[in-house]
Amino acid sequence: MSAAPLLQVEHLSKSYGGVHAVQDVSFSLVPGEMLAMIGPNGAGKSTCFNMVGGQIPAGSGRVRIDGRDVSGLSPRQIWRLGVGRTFQVAQVFKSMTVRENVQAVFASRESGWGFLARAGSAHRTEAEAVLHLIGMADFADRPCADMAYGDVKRLELAMALANDPKLLLMDEPAAGMAPLERVELMGLTARIAKERQIGVLFTEHDMDVVFAHADRMMVLNRGRLIAEGRPEDVRQDTQVRAVYLGEGLVYDQAAAARRASA
Amino acid sequence: MSLYVVQFLTGLANASSLFLAACGLSVIFGVTRIVNFAHGAFYMLGAYVAYSLTLRLEGAFGFWAAILLAAAFVAVLGTLLEMLLLRRIYQAPELFQLLATFGVTLMVEDLVHIIWGPQDLVGPRAPGFEGAVPVFGLPVPTYDLLLIVLGPLVLGGLWLLMHRTRWGVLVRAATQDRDMVAALGVNQKWLFTGVFTLGIFLAAFGGALQIPRTAVTHQMDLTIIAEVFVVVVIGGLGSITGAFLAAVLISELNAFGILVFPGISLVLMFLVMAVVLVIRPWGFLGKPIQTGVTTIGEATRPWRPWSNTTGIAVAVAVLVAALLPVVLGSYGLSVGSQILIAVVFAMSLQFQMSTGGLDSFGHAAYFGLGAYGAAMTVEWFDLPMELALLVGPLTGLVGALVFGWFCVRLSGVYFAMLTLAFAQITWSIAFQWVEVTGGDNGILGVWPADWASSPANFYWLTLTVGVVAVLALRHLVFSPFGYRLRAVRDSTVRAEAIGISRQRTQYVAFAISGTAAGLAGALFAFLKGSIFPDVLAIPTSIDALVMVLLGGVATVSGSVVGAIVYTMASIWLMSATDLSRLVLGGFIVFLVVAFPQGIVGSLSAFVSGPFERWRTRGRTERTIAVSAEGSR
Repeated sequence: MSAAPLLQVEHLSKSYGGVHAVQDVSFSLVPGEMLAMIGPNGAGKSTCFNMVGGQIPAGSGRVRIDGRDVSGLSPRQIWRLGVGRTFQVAQVFKSMTVRENVQAVFASRESGWGFLARAGSAHRTEAEAVLHLIGMADFADRPCADMAYGDVKRLELAMALANDPKLLLMDEPAAGMAPLERVELMGLTARIAKERQIGVLFTEHDMDVVFAHADRMMVLNRGRLIAEGRPEDVRQDTQVRAVYLGEGLVYDQAAAARRASA
Repeated sequence: MSLYVVQFLTGLANASSLFLAACGLSVIFGVTRIVNFAHGAFYMLGAYVAYSLTLRLEGAFGFWAAILLAAAFVAVLGTLLEMLLLRRIYQAPELFQLLATFGVTLMVEDLVHIIWGPQDLVGPRAPGFEGAVPVFGLPVPTYDLLLIVLGPLVLGGLWLLMHRTRWGVLVRAATQDRDMVAALGVNQKWLFTGVFTLGIFLAAFGGALQIPRTAVTHQMDLTIIAEVFVVVVIGGLGSITGAFLAAVLISELNAFGILVFPGISLVLMFLVMAVVLVIRPWGFLGKPIQTGVTTIGEATRPWRPWSNTTGIAVAVAVLVAALLPVVLGSYGLSVGSQILIAVVFAMSLQFQMSTGGLDSFGHAAYFGLGAYGAAMTVEWFDLPMELALLVGPLTGLVGALVFGWFCVRLSGVYFAMLTLAFAQITWSIAFQWVEVTGGDNGILGVWPADWASSPANFYWLTLTVGVVAVLALRHLVFSPFGYRLRAVRDSTVRAEAIGISRQRTQYVAFAISGTAAGLAGALFAFLKGSIFPDVLAIPTSIDALVMVLLGGVATVSGSVVGAIVYTMASIWLMSATDLSRLVLGGFIVFLVVAFPQGIVGSLSAFVSGPFERWRTRGRTERTIAVSAEGSR
């Protein structure tokens, strides 16, 4: 793929006190590509995500979206550049119905005060189209508070898609979902991303999901990028194996101790 | 020069009393996360009980024993309150906790009235500290010097308690992470009770120490609570040292403010608080605090515009209200107008609270600004009522724009306390700026235009304004702006991630709410024909909160019903009993503990719950809200 990169991350770092949460991370993403970011807990994935999404200010380094430097922009300015995102713990509007959640996205897109119109009847068809796309059309009138968590996660995706994004940031989109649901959700995401040429950056712990849908993946450990490439190459990477399976030092020592005592 | 030194010493002595009252509140908040509005009431009780005891116990030993016994006795009352009431509401939203403890304050006020009578009481001097010593030629009471020493001593004692005892370590741990302390096997219940008792002991001790200095009065509770709020907010909620620093700062500010700016000395304290909160939102030594339930969004069912049936019912109700002048006399109509004004006022607060998630404790400010704006238009510029009814809401709007700019930077309990502070600023301006506002004498002779001067016409005027205002605010809830506002309330992170600015949206809502409250205030001025500073006082804000709570805080416009019921009940109560505060306070506590959903909230829960099930019984089984794949 030689298209111009949609997202360019250059030398991104962030420290909290003495802890280097993210150190010198660089990568890029082209339209229509699914890029997975994996790594053990505490590797800095969410920090990375929140810096790209504007929820946390970057310590140093640069994030460009469509060639534009977005450092210092707020989440809502980044959203206006066409970035949709989902959160690790789903964030939706619990007091609204499913359709109203999506309508709220449209309500926020309109300029002006928004005092005069009636939001309940505005953008109804568009909202339903988005829900249909995500397979939730039947739930449109349900109170959001009654939904199963997996459906809430899907709703979040619908809200992110409602803005016609160029870039989707999905922080553990499948966490808390049933196994079959996960595969289905990521399959759907992948299809929509291809059709609409949306670049998707996602983190995930479920390797089946990652290997089934990622075009490319990168591995983060202790804030550093330790591997990047096609899934089959990363799978063979010794450093990645060490991080995920452990280096076996403890077992070796235990075995050595047993041998010595025997 | 010597005057300044003496003034400085007086300031320090005041600081000690203030610190004693404030540190208790801070300790209680740190552990239980309850802002104890009743703290001032316990302070006052401490003074009253000490007064009675010092009359019976004599001599130097008797005096000090009386002070300590009084504090201990009141602390036991505090323990009872914690066990009987607060334990039930630790999990409730902050607003409910503030209201419940305010209800207790009201009850204590009437109880004090019953037990000690209405007159101010003067206690004995402290034995051995009756005189004064000259400092630079001016006399300074020795008792003041004693207090100056006592403040830091108590601070030191508390420090030792918190750092050198096992109990203190647990309290400090609980201040930082309550769940962790519970996980370590500490019985939270008794820790909370102990902390509350300690806090109340300190408050009562502070109150008891006042009797040699000032008369014991019924106003002690609300006077001190406003200052105590300012002190703990500036010092940082939960921080004892912060409370001490802030108490010194505020007391010195008051002491010198009277010398330098006599006209605005009352405002000064609140101005400093506003500035500190903007620079350091959590006070000098405070930390960001996660309080319990902050949003009502979780508990709210999706709101809907009125169905046709409800719409018709509302239209009929309005029609009946419009026909009331046929049957009601002029007294009935003036009560009717008062109710309608209360409806507009309550609805303006409900828009901000229920839809915006902004629990204001100072809504009286905008009501009062509207009233004063309208009254001054008529009084000073001789302009007609029609214009004054425009100026009123505009004054409310301007006030909301100025105060809201500070307030919407904060959230939760800090927001509530800052709104309260701004309401107190407005009150003190109305009270002190006699040339413009008439001070305590108020503004008289605010009469409506000729066409609206008959009770029936004025009633129709308020009815029209009321209906339009309620419908407009309801419309806003369902407008794109209303969606944005609810989005921010439900999940600020999500709202910001879909392009909604929390601060801007809430600021606009605050301004709308202030305008509507100003409109209610303007009508109120014309209804009464006069206006006094007490429309700006704390009870007015509480009235609005109770009306919203009674109607249903999780509803769109339940406060309309809340305002009607509450206003009628309180008018009736005033005529039926002398103990209106006791009844009202008990009523508030009852509402919070037993009836938090309110009238309309309970009704709509019934209609959409049991009633709906009964209506649709036997129909096809409802689809279940989990997708097919999701079922495990």
